[in-house]
Amino acid sequence: MENSSESAGTTKRKHNRAFMAGWLNGYGIGLLAFPFGVVLLVVIWYLVTKLGDYPAFILPGPAAVMEEMHKIIVNGVLWIHVKATLTEMAGGLALGLGTATILGYILAKSPILERLIGPYIVASQSVPAVAIAPLLIIWFGTGKLSKVLVCALVLFFPVLINTIVGIRSVDAGLKTLMKSLHASRWQTFVMLEVPASLPVLLGGLKIGVTLSVIGAVVGEFVGADRGLGYLINLAKGIFNTSLMFAALIALTAISLTLYLLITALERWLLDWRD
Amino acid sequence: MSINSFILEAKNLGKVFSDSSGKLPAVNNISFSVSKGEFLCIVGPSGCGKTTILQLLAGLLDNTSGEILLGGKPLKGPHRDISVVFQKSNLMPWRSVLKNVLLPLQIYGTPAKEAKEKAGLYLEKVGLSEFANAYPKALSGGMEQRVAVARALVQNPRILLLDEPFGALDSFTREQLNLELLSLWRDQNITAIMVTHNIREAVLLADRVLVLSPRPASIYREIPVNLPRPRTGDIEYTREFVDLTYQIRKAIKA
Repeated sequence: MENSSESAGTTKRKHNRAFMAGWLNGYGIGLLAFPFGVVLLVVIWYLVTKLGDYPAFILPGPAAVMEEMHKIIVNGVLWIHVKATLTEMAGGLALGLGTATILGYILAKSPILERLIGPYIVASQSVPAVAIAPLLIIWFGTGKLSKVLVCALVLFFPVLINTIVGIRSVDAGLKTLMKSLHASRWQTFVMLEVPASLPVLLGGLKIGVTLSVIGAVVGEFVGADRGLGYLINLAKGIFNTSLMFAALIALTAISLTLYLLITALERWLLDWRD
Repeated sequence: MSINSFILEAKNLGKVFSDSSGKLPAVNNISFSVSKGEFLCIVGPSGCGKTTILQLLAGLLDNTSGEILLGGKPLKGPHRDISVVFQKSNLMPWRSVLKNVLLPLQIYGTPAKEAKEKAGLYLEKVGLSEFANAYPKALSGGMEQRVAVARALVQNPRILLLDEPFGALDSFTREQLNLELLSLWRDQNITAIMVTHNIREAVLLADRVLVLSPRPASIYREIPVNLPRPRTGDIEYTREFVDLTYQIRKAIKA
């Protein structure tokens, strides 16, 4: 009796140790390394500005940028621009992911259609999506819509390709199984195609989110009255490089947060993978 | 003898694959009948079209000539009364073991509670109850095929088609699974048709063995296996067993 409880305790401790080791090897190390890297970067940045003695409009020090950051957080300016950029990204993601996923599914299922439309889609990619941004501003104005469209356009193609690859990679044996069970088209879609292509679709989402930041900023560069891209442009115009840095940091924070959120989503949804 | 004494009949069954490079006959004018409750094994040299025959019976391929009758009625496409165990386990890696067994019932629209109970029951029959909530990645090859067998039986089919289901397993696991399959077949009172290139396996399991010719497949010999049942692994060391395997081996060679 005593013996068995003792061995149970040992097993539990072993488990805990194994868990800690696994956690550290997994993302624990990454989690610890990241803040360390940031601190290191800030220190180097500080040393460069200190030793180089650059004028603030070329390279402001960390303190000046923090001060600027604090100012725009307190007076609400940052939030106005972050909100604008996030809204455009959300719209662009919804539109771009939606259309690219649906079209990708259709093309993956119909080789004839792919041969028909495919070349046009590839040809359209020879013009970088960002180069069309000015045109979209002319057509759809300097409001949110034009930015949403730039976002959607930038992420459309990579997500489309991802979807086609994902749907095409559905295991042939599982397709045969579904056929032998007389599964309907809808059942095959819901029970096989969606879960089977989920890893690739989430990969597409990851790319999409990253690209939507680019799309929104480029759109705001070309013509806008708010948004982080606009703020960077504004800061450039008034030689306020600290403000520019603050905007860049905000952009990085947005991208990073979204990326980490999707990674967490992946871990949660795809726990069945090896 | 009533007209429906055979549960499954193949009449002049033929399959020719055709594509841009020409026509490839795979199955040539095959006729055979299977009685209810029979265990039929189909053996033949590799590449002879065994799997094609099984896919035709499963309704996964369209035949180019002849017909298949299920209980006297022409078979058109997959049928709920016929289920298949494939060479690969074909488990969905994102579904737990129990949910994999549940799949056919979900597709056939069985009420959720009843389906879950049934899936649990069949999982128990193949001895994997404790893995119900595990993902397939945690299973060995033999366990995967056990789940595949449970999934094939859960819909209460009248006919079980087996396409070399244990071919990729080591010989001990294979023998073990074959014996388990035999007892399930007896319990379920089901008709089984297995394609294999393993002669010992065929003799161990079957009431009758069909020997196929090289491609395009036609029936070369039909050899009844009148060994007593229930059979155990020991039967493989009897004179009658060895004679039968020799007979089949010679038939394949010829």
